[in-house]
Amino acid sequence: MNEAIVRSILLVSLVKVVVLLFLVLTAVAYLVWFERKVAARIQGRWGPYRVGPHGLLQPLADGVKFLLKEDATPAGVDRFLYFAAPLLTMTLAISGIAMIPFGPVSLHIFGVATPLVVANINVGLLAIFAITSIGVYGVALAGWSSNNKYSLLGGLRSSAQMISYELSLTLSVVGILLLAGTFNLSELVTRQDGFTWGRLPQWNLLNPTFPQILGFFCYFVAAIAETNRAPFDLAEAESELVAGYHTEYSSFKFAMFFLGEYASMITVACLASVLFLGGWLSPFPRTPGMDWTLYIPAIVFAISGFALLINAVGYRNMFGRIELAVLGLVLLALSFLCTQPGVIGDVQGPFWFLAKVLFVLFVYVWVRWTLPRFRYDQLMRFGWKVLFPVALLNVVLTSLAVVMRK
Amino acid sequence: MTPQLVIFLVLAAIAIAGAVNVILQRHPIHSAISLITVMIALAGLFLTLESEFIAAVQIIVYAGAIMVLFVFVIMLLNAGVEERTNMSRMARYAGVPLAIFLLIELAYQIGAATSSMSPQPPAEGVTRGLSMLLFRDFVFPFELTSILILIAILGALVLAQRGEGVPAKGGQEKIS
Repeated sequence: MNEAIVRSILLVSLVKVVVLLFLVLTAVAYLVWFERKVAARIQGRWGPYRVGPHGLLQPLADGVKFLLKEDATPAGVDRFLYFAAPLLTMTLAISGIAMIPFGPVSLHIFGVATPLVVANINVGLLAIFAITSIGVYGVALAGWSSNNKYSLLGGLRSSAQMISYELSLTLSVVGILLLAGTFNLSELVTRQDGFTWGRLPQWNLLNPTFPQILGFFCYFVAAIAETNRAPFDLAEAESELVAGYHTEYSSFKFAMFFLGEYASMITVACLASVLFLGGWLSPFPRTPGMDWTLYIPAIVFAISGFALLINAVGYRNMFGRIELAVLGLVLLALSFLCTQPGVIGDVQGPFWFLAKVLFVLFVYVWVRWTLPRFRYDQLMRFGWKVLFPVALLNVVLTSLAVVMRK
Repeated sequence: MTPQLVIFLVLAAIAIAGAVNVILQRHPIHSAISLITVMIALAGLFLTLESEFIAAVQIIVYAGAIMVLFVFVIMLLNAGVEERTNMSRMARYAGVPLAIFLLIELAYQIGAATSSMSPQPPAEGVTRGLSMLLFRDFVFPFELTSILILIAILGALVLAQRGEGVPAKGGQEKIS
């Protein structure tokens, strides 16, 4: 390889990293908004409504607030670890997304064709697990270094919980590895292409050899526990531990934990989509009669664009009217773009991928605002006596099915 | 200097500095963190040898599981700062010479070996090659080791519960 090619590959990777970082941070900010809106709907109230139309500028206000609050460091903390813990949490949570493939198409940047993934490595799945397994230190060390009993208890609980559920998390995807025989995430998606009886997509969840329904259940439950979210949010249980491991953190250091939690939610949802829900594959077969499904992205954008426009006309203040109308017009333009011959094929992969991710994230939020928190002993008993055996059972059954098929 | 050599030197320096720091730090948590740094630097070294699988497993198993338990236990016991002692007589007269001897021996052996060794990933891929070795060629010693570890766990449980009489129903919850 000559120097020029190496340099342009490095440059392209840099561009991809910057773009992905921007997208992920924006997504994290609006995931918080999304969660608050869904929670409000579940509890029969409105949620954020003041800052911008429908609270759309709330993430911005939150960000400014985090930056401007006083950054207090309590006495008696272990300085190095106290500062390192939030950094570690956020960095690790964000870097997992680098391994996720967003679509089958190649982008052309500076004349170099490059896939829609930052790091397409052979052991992508293992690399993500490696990153999540290190993530526990952020929480554990934050709890320990804060010199606060509530923080320490939160950190202890969290590390015990994450060790216990990591086993089930890793075991739950072994079935998929048995079926596909690769660790590469892009290849894992392409292996799920095809349809049973011409209709049912052969995603791993509905794999014809052995449907990974048990695996998906284990993965999702363990993933919720790994990201410390309700009903497994023992690490920060407000009603027992003030705020758990981040009790002593304020201002931007707290924001980093916050960003980390939501970024790992996104990673987990992306991974669920790649592993179990066929990643970027469309749920409709490409038979002659099904050509209209190519227009689904355009139709979805068009409907939401019109809905925003209609909403804008009757909105209660001028600013909201303008912003909603502009958003609606942007969506309509996007919808028009999605019908163009050069774009319509390329937009399918990312559209279906993001649709699945959004669905998983919605379930995530839905679960949080529906189920009450587990008690600590229930958590441990469930992890070791239910989830772990079920994940093992899935591995055994899948290996049997794979052997029988051969 | 090739980029590979630079990366190797940086990772090696991190690993050695971390290892030395494990001993120099006075608080167990800081020692544990230094040990984790060593593990991650070693994983990086495996990457430069084109063994992505071993690198990932190194991080998942050592840094992500074993060291988490170390940190967990240190936090649980709330271990304090170690007291620094001057070297004991044993360490001064037997330990230091032995350590120097070991160092010389290692340096000699490594110096003799580097010229003829180069990394050779198996042709069929690291993951496949490794599983073939572990689960076909060496399956008996492999399973034997797992049973050995299982026995050790059972032994630890028996020792931990001695003196409390027969463990009551729900004894597991007490431990967790």
